[in-house]
Amino acid sequence: MDILDLTALELGQAIKAGQVTIPEATRTALEVIARENPKNNAFITLCADRAMDRAKALQDGLRPDAPPLYGVPMAAKDNLCTQGVKTTCASKILGDFTPPYSATALERLDSAGAVLLGKVNMDEFAMGSTSETSFYGPVKNPRDLTRVPGGSSGGAAAAVAARMGWYALGSDTGGSIRQPGSYCGVTGMKPTYGAVSRYGLIAYASSLDQIGPLCRDARDCAAVLDAMAGRDRRDSTSVDGPYGNVLAQLDGDLRGVRIGLPRECFGQGLDSQVEAAVREMARALAGRGAAVEEFSLPVMDYVVPTYYILASAEASSNLSRFDGVKYGWRAEGYEDLTDLYEKTRTQGFGKEVKRRILLGTFVLSSGYFDAYYKKALQVKSVIAGAYRDAFSKYDLLLTPVAPTTAPKLGQSLHDPLKMYLSDIYTVPVNLAGLPGVSVPCGADRDGLPIGGQLIGPAMGDALVLKAADAYQQEVRP
Amino acid sequence: MKITEEMVDYVAGLSRLRLDPEERGDMTRELEQIVSYMDVLSQVDTQGVEPLSHVLPVCNVTRPDVVEPSFDREALLRGAPKRDEATFLVPKAVE
Amino acid sequence: MTWETVIGLETHVELSTATKIFCSCTTEFGGAPNTHCCPVCTGMPGTLPTLNEKVLEYAVKASLALGCTVTRRGRFDRKNYFYPDLPKAYQISQLYLPIGRDGQVPITWGDGERKTIGIHELHMEEDAGKLVHDPWQDLTQCDYNRCGVPLIEIVTEPDFRSGEEVIAYLEKLRSTLQYLGVSDCKMQEGSLRCDVNLSVRPAGTSELGTRTEMKNLNSFKAIGRAIDYEARRQIERIEEGKRVVQETRRWDENKDATYSMRSKENAQDYRYFPEPDIPPIELSDGYLDHLRAEMPELAEAKQARYQAQYGLSGYDARMMTGEKALADFFEDCVALGAEPKNACNWIMTQILRKLKELGAEPGRMAFTPQSLCRLLALVKEGSLNRNTAVAVFDAVFETNGDINEYVKANGLSQVRDTGLIESVVSQVIGDNPQSVSDLKAGKEKAFGFLVGQCMKVLKGQGDPKLVNQLLREKLEKL
Repeated sequence: MDILDLTALELGQAIKAGQVTIPEATRTALEVIARENPKNNAFITLCADRAMDRAKALQDGLRPDAPPLYGVPMAAKDNLCTQGVKTTCASKILGDFTPPYSATALERLDSAGAVLLGKVNMDEFAMGSTSETSFYGPVKNPRDLTRVPGGSSGGAAAAVAARMGWYALGSDTGGSIRQPGSYCGVTGMKPTYGAVSRYGLIAYASSLDQIGPLCRDARDCAAVLDAMAGRDRRDSTSVDGPYGNVLAQLDGDLRGVRIGLPRECFGQGLDSQVEAAVREMARALAGRGAAVEEFSLPVMDYVVPTYYILASAEASSNLSRFDGVKYGWRAEGYEDLTDLYEKTRTQGFGKEVKRRILLGTFVLSSGYFDAYYKKALQVKSVIAGAYRDAFSKYDLLLTPVAPTTAPKLGQSLHDPLKMYLSDIYTVPVNLAGLPGVSVPCGADRDGLPIGGQLIGPAMGDALVLKAADAYQQEVRP
Repeated sequence: MKITEEMVDYVAGLSRLRLDPEERGDMTRELEQIVSYMDVLSQVDTQGVEPLSHVLPVCNVTRPDVVEPSFDREALLRGAPKRDEATFLVPKAVE
Repeated sequence: MTWETVIGLETHVELSTATKIFCSCTTEFGGAPNTHCCPVCTGMPGTLPTLNEKVLEYAVKASLALGCTVTRRGRFDRKNYFYPDLPKAYQISQLYLPIGRDGQVPITWGDGERKTIGIHELHMEEDAGKLVHDPWQDLTQCDYNRCGVPLIEIVTEPDFRSGEEVIAYLEKLRSTLQYLGVSDCKMQEGSLRCDVNLSVRPAGTSELGTRTEMKNLNSFKAIGRAIDYEARRQIERIEEGKRVVQETRRWDENKDATYSMRSKENAQDYRYFPEPDIPPIELSDGYLDHLRAEMPELAEAKQARYQAQYGLSGYDARMMTGEKALADFFEDCVALGAEPKNACNWIMTQILRKLKELGAEPGRMAFTPQSLCRLLALVKEGSLNRNTAVAVFDAVFETNGDINEYVKANGLSQVRDTGLIESVVSQVIGDNPQSVSDLKAGKEKAFGFLVGQCMKVLKGQGDPKLVNQLLREKLEKL
């Protein structure tokens, strides 16, 4: 048995069965990281000693009733605060920021027995679709090192794809888990807004951000979600989902489930190989008993501008606290307070972050607020309404995750608008606060992974994972 | 929507960002391109539509007024770029 | 030309909750710098605000008491600006949907003049930190203990025409909020802070002039003086043919003048937008009914009741109810059996005098209603005369010393021994034949002199009633 072939849940079982020890599993993962990280740059910070100490302690505490992911080594995106471990958001401006607290999601996984291997790379402040805007250098796609892994959770997706740990936590504001999941061929899930506490997640756009898992399959996603979901008193927007234990609901049976394919997501701009793979996935879902049909979702033209207005506006406010005063990096050679702020922020942020701060400041500024920000909030309501209508007819929606497979490194950043437009299938899910999962559903002629996206109604997290799992059962060799 | 360099300067000032002349030109062009694309939203009829600020159907989330111990000061100050024993330090900011 | 002054107020009031508005750190005043802080207070990344239920409750109560319409579906907004006292670089406040709007506050001042001040809005927000300049290093120290202390800001319509009206309003506001128990309203500790917007216009016109905003007003006295100064300054400028500049001015207590504060660049574009981290607030009928039922009797209702129930004059009732602590003191005395008018008298003449002397506040005094009642009882039973009682009061007031012990220790009990007084009366009559014959000749004044002589011998402790009576009897027998 090569433990690297196991899913996180299978490894958890093997650990409990005594077939492998937690230090062995951890050492194996650290060896893979040592070998692969120089190639793909997935990790920013590695916690090798800490992980081994933790593994030994967990092994000593192993009991027959341990939770399913007990002892399984994992990684966390570097925008999740980790007490005592440097947290950078892949930005120069955070410097050596070492939070005195941990994200709730990580605390909960910690008590479920997770072994944190390290912090993984990302687009700076989660702003980007390629993981090339990191201050710590771009991440490369393990499936093809000349290509991007997607973003912004590119390090998390690459780590899982390259077997540098059994699962990773990412964050998804407009597709940042699902799109890199698709590019790297792993299963990535964005839960319903509020399902997972955002406490300790360094905010990009607070009304859209959600923490979620990137895993080898949907069952692992369910197990991670079960371990970290639920109301947290430190996040007022967190709620207890009504779905109970998700893992227990993955029975592979899709009889009676109605799945809608929005016609507007299969038209212009979509790569034909991607389209074919997603339609094939629809057929496989039908094979499990689902009723699949096309319908019209006439809001797709508005989702990208709405998303970028709202996300940038919130980002401009959320990132104002990085000013060189309380933590992080401070520029040198300033003359007064304003100079300190301006030098620190100008030198501390990368170009894409600055672009979004400027855009966000503009749409909130006096004279433009109504035409852009307020208008976007109204259109958001229209978009959310369109999805609500769709879910009165369908239990789930199926769309591509991204219009293409992973582009070559260095091709995207020079045309920001084009890059933004590639987020079209994922951003409305965040705008409407819905759960979505990206499921590998084939490859293109170059062998690059393609992802299909299953979207559920709010609090339909169990159903999207059940459908993703049913698909994976159906196509498993 | 036409974006001018003056508008970019104004917004940069509000954001405490400084742009060198080249960046300023690039940003102006890029923002104009992006903002012009956003103007597509004017096509959407939103008459009478309430702006949707919170998508989650949840309200009145409060906590009880019970004091919990504050943080260890050193843990809060440790990461400060410039500090003394008890406070964060900045260049003169008092009028 | 006669000028009219037009004034509006923005008052920040600190709510007296145990914890901050968005985290569970204490709101206690003072404390070593940055010791009442957590990562939420210092704006660390990834932290989130959680709303204190008491802040909402207090803001709603204040809105109801000030006659506001309570916003049933409200929320918080972010106000964005960079300053080192604001660690997140935004203040969580309310712009679009403040908790209270369109209130009315009736005020009375001078010789019973009355008007109603309109409340434009009342909203909740968080306080900022404290900056202290260190001249030795030419650096500013940031202390975030006050970050997140809950405030309500109450904005009036421009309804005031004089400093007197402003002070009457502030006294009313303070009393109302103290009665509600939502704030202690201590100006010295900054729990009530007031910015004054002032403009002038020719009397009889209705268009508003250009206004200035005055800050750093730390007492009612300063507010009154600053208003007089600023109105005069604006009128002089206009009369000299100059323009009034719209600006923020700072009151300098020592120089008795306002001066212009450097205007911050890019000011006033705060880019408010709805706070995404706090879900909206929806207030049910049940919630409001519950708070209404909890509302205590406010000053005006008390005044009416004191007049009707205890027969106090309008003026006395107003004085008794001006501050909640004083009204509580008075009611406690009455409950302990004191005669209401008598208790009121003592509070007005002695307690208020003493508080003024000491520069102290009624809420903070050690002297208890029990002590006052004991003193009143000693006077009533005749053990102390009024003057001695005042002396005892003066001696024990600050520390609330034990009255019985003090009286005993200083031998202050009134002399009511008939035998002793009779012998003193005989002695005084014997020593003052001239006065006795004056009296017989009809000069009543001489009687007062003889009483005084008796009291002198009795060291002021004789029961005046008894001395009078026995002296009169003895003289008649002569």
